[in-house]
Order: sequence, then C-alpha cells, then structure tokens
Amino acid sequence: MTGSPLSEIDRPNSYIGRSVPRPNARRLVAGRGAYVDDLRLPRMAHVAFLRSPHAHARILAIHAEEARRAPGVIRVVTGRELAAHCTPWVGVLHHLKGLKSAPQHAMAVDRACWQGEPVCAVVARSRAEAEDAAALIRVDWEELPAVTDMETALDPATPVIHPDLGDNLAFRREHVGGDPDAAFADPEAVVVEATFHTGRHTGVCLEGRSILADWNPAEERLTVYQSTQAPHMMQTVFARHLGLREGQVRVVCKDVGGSYGIKVHVYPDEVATAALSKMLGRPVKFVADRIEGMVSDIHARDHRLRARAAVRRDGTLLAMEVDDLTGIGPYSVYPRTSAVEGNQVVNLCGGPYVLKGYRAKTTVVFQNKTPTCQYRAVGHPIATAVTEGLVDLAAEAIGMDPAEIRRRNLIPDDAYPCTSLSGMRFEALSHHKCLARLLEMMDYERLRAEQAELRKHGIHRGIGLACFIELTNPSPFMYGIGGARISAMDGATVRLDPDGSLAVASGVTEQGQGTEAILAQIAATAVGVPVERVRVVTGDTEVTPYGGGTWASRGAGIGGEAMLQAGLALKEGILAVAGAMLQARPETLDIRGGVVVDRASGAERLPLEELGRVVYFRGDTLPRDLPRELVATRHWTPKEYPFCFTNGAQASYLEVDVETGFVRLLGHWCVEDCGTVINPMLVEEQIRGGVVQGIGGALFEHCVYSPEGQLLSGSLADYLVPMSGEMPDIHVGHVETPTRESALGAKGAGEAGTAGAPAAVQNAINDALRPFGARVLAQPFTPARILAALGRI
Amino acid sequence: MKPAPFAYLRARSLAEAFDALDRHGEEARLLAGGQSLIPALNLRLATPAVLVDINGLAGLAGIALQGGVVRIGALTRHAALEASEIVARHLPLLAEAVPQIAHPAIRSRGTLGGSIALADPAAELPACALALDATIVAMGRAGERRIAARDFFRGLYQTDLQPGELVAAVEFPVQPPERRGCVLELARRQGDYAIVGLAAAATVQGDGALRDPRLVFFGVGPTPVRAAAAEAALAGAGGVAAAQAALERDLDPPADLHGPPQFRRHLARVLLGRAAARLLG
Repeated sequence: MTGSPLSEIDRPNSYIGRSVPRPNARRLVAGRGAYVDDLRLPRMAHVAFLRSPHAHARILAIHAEEARRAPGVIRVVTGRELAAHCTPWVGVLHHLKGLKSAPQHAMAVDRACWQGEPVCAVVARSRAEAEDAAALIRVDWEELPAVTDMETALDPATPVIHPDLGDNLAFRREHVGGDPDAAFADPEAVVVEATFHTGRHTGVCLEGRSILADWNPAEERLTVYQSTQAPHMMQTVFARHLGLREGQVRVVCKDVGGSYGIKVHVYPDEVATAALSKMLGRPVKFVADRIEGMVSDIHARDHRLRARAAVRRDGTLLAMEVDDLTGIGPYSVYPRTSAVEGNQVVNLCGGPYVLKGYRAKTTVVFQNKTPTCQYRAVGHPIATAVTEGLVDLAAEAIGMDPAEIRRRNLIPDDAYPCTSLSGMRFEALSHHKCLARLLEMMDYERLRAEQAELRKHGIHRGIGLACFIELTNPSPFMYGIGGARISAMDGATVRLDPDGSLAVASGVTEQGQGTEAILAQIAATAVGVPVERVRVVTGDTEVTPYGGGTWASRGAGIGGEAMLQAGLALKEGILAVAGAMLQARPETLDIRGGVVVDRASGAERLPLEELGRVVYFRGDTLPRDLPRELVATRHWTPKEYPFCFTNGAQASYLEVDVETGFVRLLGHWCVEDCGTVINPMLVEEQIRGGVVQGIGGALFEHCVYSPEGQLLSGSLADYLVPMSGEMPDIHVGHVETPTRESALGAKGAGEAGTAGAPAAVQNAINDALRPFGARVLAQPFTPARILAALGRI
Repeated sequence: MKPAPFAYLRARSLAEAFDALDRHGEEARLLAGGQSLIPALNLRLATPAVLVDINGLAGLAGIALQGGVVRIGALTRHAALEASEIVARHLPLLAEAVPQIAHPAIRSRGTLGGSIALADPAAELPACALALDATIVAMGRAGERRIAARDFFRGLYQTDLQPGELVAAVEFPVQPPERRGCVLELARRQGDYAIVGLAAAATVQGDGALRDPRLVFFGVGPTPVRAAAAEAALAGAGGVAAAQAALERDLDPPADLHGPPQFRRHLARVLLGRAAARLLG
C-alpha cells in the first residue's frame, strides 16, 4: 500500500482495520435479543409437523379424526390439502446444463421421499398441543424400496426415485483443463492416487430454523418473520408459491442465531407455515426443534472422490484428476440447487497450484435421505481435503517436505491476474506470503524437531498443512444467470438525522457474525462520525434496500462497498450544505468525529447536529436553491470478475494415541487473505468459528444412515458437534491483498476457516501415522477408523 | 420436543411419595435430578402419567461417615460428591469418577440415587458402586431393604428395585489406604458417555502384586460389567497381559455408531493396561 495516496478508508478517523466492539453484542448477551421464538402476535397459532418415519413410502391414507378433536387443535392439514394453496417448486438452475429435479411440494402429497419429510400439519393453540395431536395421527404407509447407497444409485437394478426423470442422475459435469493425459504420461511422472470420503454432515445452528407467518386478509399482505439469510429471496419465494405479488410479502429477520448456509434455502415446512397462515387468516409460528432439524435442515458434503496426481521427482506437480460422486437426497434444493457443491469441487480442486493438466468430474445422484445443499464454504472443504491430501501423498512419494512441495508449486504471488485450469479467474492472491507467514507463526522447523524427538519416546504427533482458495462475492454468474431471483447486488442507505447521528440500512443481513458492526464502521468512516452514532437496520424487505443477503462471504465485500459508497455520497451532500452555511467551498471541508472541519487545518467549523438542526427545522435560512439531501443510497455488485477469490494457509498440530486411535488437537494456525480487514477481531472470530466447524467435519460430525435410510445419528447425543474442550488454540494471521474491484477492498472472511481445516487435520493425522504405514482418508477420522488403519482392530 | 401431558406431584414426605407410587403404579415416575428423565420426556421416549417430585425430601440428601461406611443419601447431587471431603478421603475412586460425569451444569442437578436407579450402563456411578462393593439402600412403605451392588443391576435399565420402592441411599465401605482405585474412560468429547470406561480397584502390597482386584467396565454391555476372568488373571501369575487376554471371555460389547464390538474390546484391553499401571504406580 506504500506509495499510493491515502484513500477515504485510510483517513485519520477511519474505523477500517479496528476491532470495534459489536453494537448488538451487549443486547444479545443481556438476553434482549428478538429471535423468532421470542415473538408473539395476537391470535398466533403454532404448527407441528408429522414427518415421514420412512425413507421412501407411499401415503395410502391419513387418519386424523382423533387429532382434529384433540384439545387446542385449530386445523389439521394434509399435504394434499395444502397443495391446493401452495404450488410446488423445482430446484434447477439453467446454466448447470442437464441438472434435473422433480417437483417438490411443501408437504408430501402421495409419497414421502426421505425420513423427516413433512406429511401433515397440525395447527393448535400451543406447540405442545400441536405435538400431542400430531401423535394421534395414523398414516397407512406402503413402504417402497429406498435408494441409499450413492455408489449404486445409477445401477439399472436400483429403483428410480422419480420415474418421470428417467434415472437417479441429477447432474453430471466433466471439465478438462490443459492436457492431463500428457501430464500423467510424462516420463518423469510419479503418480499417486487415493480415494477420499467426506462425511455427510450438517450445520447445527444454535437457533433452529424458525418462522412466524402472518397473513392479514384485510390488507392482503403476508408478513413473515423468519430466521433467514436472504429475506429478499424469500419474499420472491413466498409470493411465487402462494400466488401473491412480491409487493404483498414482507420478510423481516430480527435476530438470527447462526446460519452457516443452513438458512439460505427454501424449506418445505417453512413454506407450509406461510401457506397455513394464509389459509387460516392468522399468524402461525413454526420453530424446528433439534430432532426434526436433524432430518430437515439441509445436510452437506456426502462425497466420494477418486483422485490422482502426477508429480516429478524434483517436486513439480504436473496434473490432478478427480472423480467426485455425491448423493443429494431426493430433490435438488430450491432455488440454489444441490448441484452447486459438486460443481464447486470441479471448480476448486487443484486451485492453489500451477498445473499442466486437470480433469475433474462430478456425478450428482438422488437418494432417499435428507436433501443436501450449500453449507459454509460450499465444496471447498472437500476440494481442499482432496487437493492437499494429494499434495501430501506426492510429497511422501518423492520424499519431499510438505512445506517445500507447496512452495515449489503454489501459483507465484506475482503471477496475477491469472486463470486456473478449471477456469477460475484470480485477480490477486498471496499463497506464498500466507504460507511463509504460517510457517513462521507455527515455528514449523521447531515443531518438526519436536515431532522427531517425541517419536523416539513413542509419542506420535503430526503436522498438517493446507493451502486453499475461497470463492466469495459472487456476481450474477452464480445464480442469476441460471434463472434464480437471487440478487448479486446489494444496496445501502445512509441518513443523517437532526441530532447528527446516522441511520443506515443494508440489504445484507446479520446472523450473529457481526455484519452490522462492520456496516457501522464503514458508514462511520465514510461520513466521518463516531461509530457509536450509527444505527444499523438490516433484514427487513420493507425498509432496507434490495439485496441478496449474507452468504458466500458477501456481506463485507458487496454490502460493505455499497455502504461505503452511500456514506461517501451522503458526505458530499452534507458538505454541500455545510459549504453554503460556512461560505466555504465544500472541497475545503471534511467531516471528522461528527464535526465539519476545515480539511487542511482540521479546525472545527460546524457540528453535524447544528447542520441537522438548520436543515430540518430552519431550512428557511439556507439558500433557496441549495440541495439538502441528507439521505443517500448506493448499490454495488461485482462486475469485473464472476467471483472474488480469497486465499490462505492452515496448519494443524496434533497427537494420535496409537493405542486408542484418539486424536488430541494441540494447535491450529490460519493465515488468511480476505483483502481489506475491516474489523480484525470479527475476522479472527469468523476464522476461528470456521476452523471449528471444519474440525467438526474432520473428526466428529457425521449423519450416519442405516441401509434402509434411517438417520442413526439424529440427536446431539449421537451427532457430535465440536465442543470447546476438544478444540486447540487457533492462531490467526492476516495478509491483506485488497481487491481492486471495490474502493473498500474487502473480499470476505466468513468461510475460509472451514475451507482449509479438514485438510489440515487430515494431513496432520496421516503425518502422525506415517511411521506405521497407515493412512486415513475417510472423514470423520474416528478412533475406530484410525485403529482400523493401524491394523489394531 | 414438548413432553406428552403429565400430572406433577411434589411429595412432602416419603409417605406421600409411597402413596403416589402405590396409586399410579407404573404410570408414575420419580423425579430427582431429572437429568436423564426430562430429556426422555421431551423426546417422548418416556410418557409417564404422573411425575412424583422427591426433591423436597431433605432427609434423602447428605454424606455421612458411619463406622466403616460412607452413607450417601440418594438426593445428594454429583456436585456435592465432588466437593465432599469425606468422599475425597475415604472413597478416592468415587472422587475420581465424579468430575468425569457429564458437565458441571448436569452435575449440579444430577443425583447419586437417580444415577443408580436409572442404571445407565454407560454411567460412572453404577460402575463405581460395583467396584467399591457398595450396598444400595432401597426404601418402601415396609421399610428399608439392603441390596449388594452386585445383585442390584439386573439388565438394561433394570434393577432389583421393586414396585413402590425408591433408592434412599448408597453405602460405600470406607476404603483402607492400601486399597487403590482409579476410573478411566474414553469419550470422544469431554463429558460424553464413555465409549468404554473402567472403574478399577485393588489392594497393593509391597510385593507389587494386585490383590483382590475389581475391574468394572462400563459402556460395554447392558449393565456395568465386572470382568471376573480378568480379575482372576490379574491376581494370578499371568499379570496384566493375561488379564487383557481374559477380557475376551468377560466382555461381549455391542456395535454402535462409535465402532464394531472389537473396537470396544480393544479399548477395554488398553484401559485395563493403563489402570493396572496406575494402581501399581
């Protein structure tokens, strides 16, 4: 950055790069949050869903007479009845060629296709009464064969889940870059190959999915309070499937207790709740409990990947080849589709490296399990585990240190802009800087020496490295191009009130990660006011500018840039007024600390509250023709690149108890380049949280199904989320390579931790096991799997 | 996750509790700490018609040294065991077990009697009762009945308690100084039920031999399992290796999400080796 002139965000009173506390933290900690479950409306009813106990079964009859007579019951509605009020959807995107899926109803009509699919709704005065009545409903089921093994989903002998589709294939894509055949045929090539598995898991939000829908027949308006990441997208969805105009639907998200991508999808039970409110003309609330959440929140990451790599003895990586297979449940999830994860695997494998050849294929199949879709760092943990696993196998095959092979093959820091063999365009990444900083932070050489010394004493520690790229800030090329009404653009409004404070609103949303904090910092910096004087509104389609919401780490990069531009525009408007009041040229003035000052000397000229007083209450004293717009709105969307990319490097240091197969995490490091760091504290906590979720997938979390399609790990007693007791200290370092697409330069930080952590843990475990000739490549790396690899059980 | 409807009765005396048990029979469940019962209610795994809350029966709580035994009232919370000097001094094995039970919030409500009466096969306290040759004091309208721990745990969540009875106390023999014990368990996350646990006790004498060993495994069967063959081998000439081999006869663990039966058998052998080293160390 040296040598370039100071920009607006480097000004003396900038909040950019400062760990400003989150303005909403105190409220949430004090128990004054307003989550959907906290909201109570007059005449509000509660709905409980009866869910299919079978993975695949025809509904012959639903006997609900007893339930209808149960205390407190307002209405019992079957899937067939609801279908008259709510149209089905099909989760496809046109640009994912060949992607197909079947129409999905808000509740099963004839047939349930996974254990947990809603089949009947009971609306009652209380949730407890609704559950009591739901327990009285009897369904005559005809069980159908369940498709559960993705390996055989396409076999001719396997039943086809949706006969109209012809087969169980949802999507297939193969991409070839460079000349992989020539690279693998290189006479000096050493070829390593392996099969990797990533375990099906899910994102366990502290706050379960929740919705309170309120149809007002007098206004013909639907107000939906929802725990969602994308209120404007949901506005479209409710309108389209309930036969309303978008303008008749208002979606409000008050506090949201975590989302991780789980809450950016359309859930049948949530649409059903909105439809029920419309049918009954009264507010209806649905809060998914943990047990139903486990079978109805989207799952993710159920992949098998056969992969190989070619490397020369001098350490030069030549090529990678990946054959990915993934099972997504019976429907592609609406509207983002369940093909994106496999598609991302094709896009991202090998991404950090210079290669001569690349071939990747994904095969996406239907099965009778909970639908899968995008979860934090979509596809990245999978691609990184495979890529970095192959790099370590290559290093082992040629006897090279894992750090050294990465140094030799990572895309050079001065090679940008460039395009990967998978077709991803990189504006500017910093792999070498990040790796160097990582090795320095962890003191790589010392850890290697310690590892060698402890091995002599029968203590088996491992060091795992993982370099990664992370796709952020998607342009319309992610969803809009495929026909989905998911905005790639976001707007921000900044308003100066008479007291000199700012009221700002944004299309991106807050789910607990601190979006509102960074928006306040950006607005305060752009206008020049103390951050305490900024109030932020997000998550209300009626009052915020239109936008896509928060996902794909786009809050800072897209929402933040819109806020910066809106703030700068407002500042221009304020200074125009101030210039008239002070009889000075606006360009000689500035705003600092909420006071209009002389730009050169910094001398205070006019507090903003005085300017506000005059404009709002004594406009008669200002020149008649003076514009006095104290509100500014700006929008922003990426235009130069289809996606922004961030990058980073992670390391895990751990100990494997080779008698028990237990893994103890000793330390984790992440150096991440998210471009401009707006709030280091929040970025670091995003990284830490992301790393923990990545570790969860690597060691603990697993949606285990029986061959009949029953989820066996369906409660938090069996589905192990990572807990603080097992987590290591996570050390975070930053390299900043701002994107030049925006003035702010932020690229996004929400998912990088998750992208790289599983690969680092995988490589560290295998590093520890190397003296035994043992290796684990199937996540989660459980004690039983490690002992089996060691040949001890 | 709302429980099915139930009636709630707060017993003011043991007699009231017995009345309720008589009147409602199997439809009634006693509520002590509630750390297992309440989740079971919320999941509708248990749907009793009546909950009989015995938390008001102050006489059922407390830790007392009475001659050669430590008598611990059924309503004594895990946290009270953890803080007790009597337990620390006279029942070091129990003192080592308690901090391994779940999490602090659960230990502050959960009770000794609740854990013993529920008889979860993966729980620490039933295994400790076996390893320490404890006596369960059951109480009914007719009075007290004393049951040796080895006779108390009958099957999966099945005990020797008769209809109308409740656990009033557990009596643990004071452990002499040469009697050593340890509790080891393997859980993937701190506070989880153990995949395999072992409460081990033995008398250690100058010759380095382990006399009269007690090896009680938990998480490996329908009840806490005393490994009789391994105990005999450990006391004999074969030592630890023979005891580990003998576990093959003692244990028949189930498969579950953690792994196949041989996984638990293997871990049991590892724990036995580690426990023996601890007792001798």
